[in-house]
Amino acid sequence: MFARTAHTLARQVARAGTRAYSDAPMAFTFASQSQVFYKEANVRQVDVPSFSGSFGILPSHVPSLAVLKPGVLTVFEEAGTSKKYFVSSGIVTINQDSSVQVLAEEAAAVEELDLASARDILSKAQSAASTAATEEAKAEALITVEVAEELVKAAESG
Amino acid sequence: MFSRSALLVPNHGQQQVRGMATLKAIAMRLKSVKNIQKITQSMKMVSAAKYARAERELKVARPYGAGTSAFYDKAEVKGEEEKPNQLIVACSSDRGLCGAIHSSICKHIKAGLAQDASKTAVICIGDKSRAQLARVFSQNIIAQVGEVGRKPATFEDAARIATFILNSGYDFGQGKIIYNKFKTVVSYDTLELPFFTPSAISAAEKINVYDSLDADVIQSYMEYSLTSLLFFTLKEGACSEQSSRMTAMDSASKNAGEMIEKLTLTYNRTRQAVITGELIEIISGAAAV
Repeated sequence: MFARTAHTLARQVARAGTRAYSDAPMAFTFASQSQVFYKEANVRQVDVPSFSGSFGILPSHVPSLAVLKPGVLTVFEEAGTSKKYFVSSGIVTINQDSSVQVLAEEAAAVEELDLASARDILSKAQSAASTAATEEAKAEALITVEVAEELVKAAESG
Repeated sequence: MFSRSALLVPNHGQQQVRGMATLKAIAMRLKSVKNIQKITQSMKMVSAAKYARAERELKVARPYGAGTSAFYDKAEVKGEEEKPNQLIVACSSDRGLCGAIHSSICKHIKAGLAQDASKTAVICIGDKSRAQLARVFSQNIIAQVGEVGRKPATFEDAARIATFILNSGYDFGQGKIIYNKFKTVVSYDTLELPFFTPSAISAAEKINVYDSLDADVIQSYMEYSLTSLLFFTLKEGACSEQSSRMTAMDSASKNAGEMIEKLTLTYNRTRQAVITGELIEIISGAAAV
């Protein structure tokens, strides 16, 4: 487990956003169940929060699969601008031909997050977790707490 | 039926003379066909509205589904050869009056099961497909998902179905979803979409190209991609169904309109014949005086 963490730490790219190891195009698709944000777009870099660590994806990244963790996903576009999105869960696929698909269950631009409602959700989830009766309910409540904490963090920074 | 009423026998309209429909009977029929036309027209309007919404949601769901199946294509995942069992998911719905939507899915499944039905299990999403398949393959149907089609499908619905499939206890080597893919307003295709088990994914040819995978990641990935495939096929199915219902109700309204025209002509002819008959009676009666 520690070997994997070290491995992913070594993979983390600095957030300078101006380096490009490869000029090959990355066909980046980012969609949630209700909205398509990018469809086979050519972007410079994508930082994804995943259970195996947050890592940045540049074109010609080694093929991989990852499961999204609740957190902020950052897209560095061709023009140099960066956009942040909050994702709740989902999967990331990086294929051999440099195409990247991020499928999130729910995603929203960080600017659209409302800090007050996020804090409200967090406090409700924490009280649900402490009063949960069954193991399953407690696990679900803890998941809500985790998502809500990340939501608050994202709303504060956005 | 219409030629029979041409056999005119003057009567007072009360007795049913063989070979002629009475004025009242034609009037009743005319009224009922007019009501049917109103109903089919309103159903067409409702389907048109639902279709517009379904098409909008499908536009979003298409990249979602394409992204999921892209991995399976690129990694060249194949079904497990050691486990010959196959799981078929029939993606239809509960509501009828939509043309050949449900029967085309059932035909596809029946053709597949024609040779060997022993190693296949079927899960039916929607009552209509279950009703059609239960007649021939009732022992193959292991589960059924109800309450589909009334409201647009959400990701949570797809997640519930995926959990259901994975917990069904059926040990399958590979599975496929049969669904109707929306092409245009008047046409759709019945296609299949494969899905695989975690061990099939681990045994795939090009899987070693993918870095840092472990059993947890593959399991979560497989569950999420099954859910997104189901979400995608539910959306495609809903769009095909609404457009098919729109065209079916449109032709039904047109047919009803034609029937109304024919019936109106018959009604007028019959009415004129009855009046002529009464006139003749009056005249002959008066002449006798």
